[in-house]
Amino acid sequence: MKLELGNIFIHDIQFGDHSRVENGVIYINEEELRAHLLEDENIKSVSFDIAKPGESVRIMPVKDVIEPRVKAEGRGGIFPGVISKVDTVGSGRTNVLKGAAVVTTGTIVGFQEGIIDMSGPGADYTPFSKLYNLVVICEPVEGLKQHAHEKAVRFAGLKAATYLGRLAKDLEADEVESFETLSLIESFRQYPDLPRVAYVQMLQTQGLLHDTYVYGVDMKQSITTMLYPTETMDGAIISGNCVSACDKNTTYHHLNNPVVRDLYARHGKELNFVGMIITNENVYLADKERSSDWSAKLAEFLGVDGVIISQEGFGNPDTDLIMNCKKIEAKGIKTVIITDEYAGRDGASQSLADADISADAVVTGGNANMVVNLPPMEKVIGHVKLADTIAGGFDGSLQPDGSIVVELQAITGATNELGFNRLSAR
Amino acid sequence: MAKFRVVHYINQFFAQVGGEEKADHRPESREGFVGPGMAFNAAFGDKAEIVGTVVCGDSYFNENLETATKEVLDLISSFKPDLVIAGPAFNAGRYGMACGTVAAAVEKELGIPAITGMYKENPGVDSFKRDIFIIETKNSAAGMRDAVKVMAPFALKLAAGEEIGASVEEGYIPNGIRVNFFEEKRGSERAVDMLLSKLAGKPFTTEFPMPDFDRVEPKPAVADISKATIALVTSGGIVPKGNPDRIESSSASKYGKYDIEGVFDLTESTYETAHGGYDPVYANLDADRVLPVDILREYEKNGKIGKLHRYFYSTTGNGTAVASAKAYAAAIGKELVSDGVDAVILTST
Amino acid sequence: MVKEIERAGLPVVHMCTVVPISLTVGANRIVPTVAIPHPLGNPALPLEDEQEIRRKLLDKALKALTTEVSEQTVFE
Repeated sequence: MKLELGNIFIHDIQFGDHSRVENGVIYINEEELRAHLLEDENIKSVSFDIAKPGESVRIMPVKDVIEPRVKAEGRGGIFPGVISKVDTVGSGRTNVLKGAAVVTTGTIVGFQEGIIDMSGPGADYTPFSKLYNLVVICEPVEGLKQHAHEKAVRFAGLKAATYLGRLAKDLEADEVESFETLSLIESFRQYPDLPRVAYVQMLQTQGLLHDTYVYGVDMKQSITTMLYPTETMDGAIISGNCVSACDKNTTYHHLNNPVVRDLYARHGKELNFVGMIITNENVYLADKERSSDWSAKLAEFLGVDGVIISQEGFGNPDTDLIMNCKKIEAKGIKTVIITDEYAGRDGASQSLADADISADAVVTGGNANMVVNLPPMEKVIGHVKLADTIAGGFDGSLQPDGSIVVELQAITGATNELGFNRLSAR
Repeated sequence: MAKFRVVHYINQFFAQVGGEEKADHRPESREGFVGPGMAFNAAFGDKAEIVGTVVCGDSYFNENLETATKEVLDLISSFKPDLVIAGPAFNAGRYGMACGTVAAAVEKELGIPAITGMYKENPGVDSFKRDIFIIETKNSAAGMRDAVKVMAPFALKLAAGEEIGASVEEGYIPNGIRVNFFEEKRGSERAVDMLLSKLAGKPFTTEFPMPDFDRVEPKPAVADISKATIALVTSGGIVPKGNPDRIESSSASKYGKYDIEGVFDLTESTYETAHGGYDPVYANLDADRVLPVDILREYEKNGKIGKLHRYFYSTTGNGTAVASAKAYAAAIGKELVSDGVDAVILTST
Repeated sequence: MVKEIERAGLPVVHMCTVVPISLTVGANRIVPTVAIPHPLGNPALPLEDEQEIRRKLLDKALKALTTEVSEQTVFE
């Protein structure tokens, strides 16, 4: 499968009469987009705001972040099985509005939405402070149940990103990147002497605010399976979860999976990037055993020499992580695992809930319990009072002057376990 | 700005008193720097100066730990220092134990910042890394120059009360306290680098070494369960509706103790869960699914158990640091024992 | 938490779904439960059936508490 990404660099977003992209600026007709999102009966009202890098703006509670993309040539459309019809994606040409994102927010659904600060110390901990964000604030109709509320906000974000993405369909790209994965046998013949590597991506699948969808299928109901890495670039995997904001793989993260990118970067040079295995993190012990048994079995079947395993979440998924690691190592395949830590505010507690001696190569996204002091921002998009109940917050998080004392846990993408950031710990 | 006053602790060898045959040398003090102290002094520039050196034989120190420590501490404090440097001891075991003991005692008894340096396999490392910063050095005195280069500026930082970063940034041996910092490369790239090294059989360093969990001896079984008082404890965050104590959804800073006198069933209108780490729907509808009060009351009535303890204890296990959970449980355990409880059922989600 | 309460002097049985974590962390008496969000229940069943499940699990827990163990033991 071969995919070209056409990147159109964005350096501003504005509201305007006529939605279009011109000279790196996205203009959005608010009314048109609003009407489109209000087609969902479960949404009572929608408002929009724009947050730019460097502004004294805080967005909270953040549900998801999505990058606007569109299929310019080739099969299928972005977010297959969800927004676009079911079809195999990951080939042809996809255009990307690079530097922009849709951020969804609104009345808190549960405990785990997050915070994005566009400037100040908090901005260093989230990659989204560097993007031009269209913030979509959705209010549900009265009495809407949690599951339905989450779904409504999830779709609103995807639809908004699709709407913006379509503006790029016929544009000329500023930069084109190309990615190709051949069939197993062709890939082996192509680079017979390079070490064969696969990427095992663990997806959060534990129920409300803890789900992930692949081609529209709830991953908790799926057996461990395989993907061409380029499928992720077209939105084959979308986030339906929050887990803790610092750990959540937003849909933006899925579209821009850094392990996929960094393996492709060395493909054909130092390694042979064979493909991707995706697996889940379920709430039943038997499922954990089954899923990790399959990860190991598929890795062996693919004939790889090594794998990188990334996690999503913490606590009981640490068991899935260790199982995947142990079982794959037992097949004689070398592993590196990417995780993050919950070592307490003083950094002295044990960082993971589970452990094994074979997990000897670990990359960490940092200690999520580290406390940061987020200064007050001039503008808050969303609901600031929720600081006290957000995971990572505590009674008294929100200070009278508007600053927030909170753990990194509450900052969207702060300790990402795909290795998206440079944050680490020792 | 006044220079920091530094005292340097070294052994008989580095003080040029003698080798093994002088390892019984008793503690003594000298003005200014001695031996390797010269290099430290130069490295301090105008920020600090070694005002005195305390020397002690490694065997004398290790064979008379208590008295030698006191003697050395007295000699050190007579110089009224702002900072103490011990060693570095490289791979010398007795010297490492002496440096570690001295530095730790200086911090604890004199309240003065103290550091030392050792090779990672020096037995002094495991004994003292949690008490003081130990800068990592090579395994012999050939590494003195490099050791001073790292130890001197680090010591100045400590003396000035500046914030100390992660072990890899500062050069100290990891001491079990995790500190965040920003790497040059992003995590995924570091993972690919690590995998390529591992595949090639080249050395690599894990960013997080797996922990070693300590064990507790199992307590004896309950002799007669039909007469026993059983207490319920949960990490699943079950609380009275409205979460009156505001137990956090994650990273709990407290636990709750709740009276279930007269409560025979947990219902949707009376109990809920505060735990943010699992789908709360099922527990909110019927908290007995996490804290089985209904059946234990039944068992109390039909004599299967003696009594369900009047109080249950609850906290949130989601992202709560182990040290916190440990502290809560120790307090809970103490109370349960003094309340005459015989056994505990602890449920987790 | 299980270990600390046991350290204080009481036998404890850990009822949990993710048994490997309990084993790694060192609980001595363990009873595997149904699922993470509902360890002692099953929302797909009517209440009477759920209570039967609860009884069976609690019977195992009581058995664990009345059984001498010398090392970590999972009571299936």
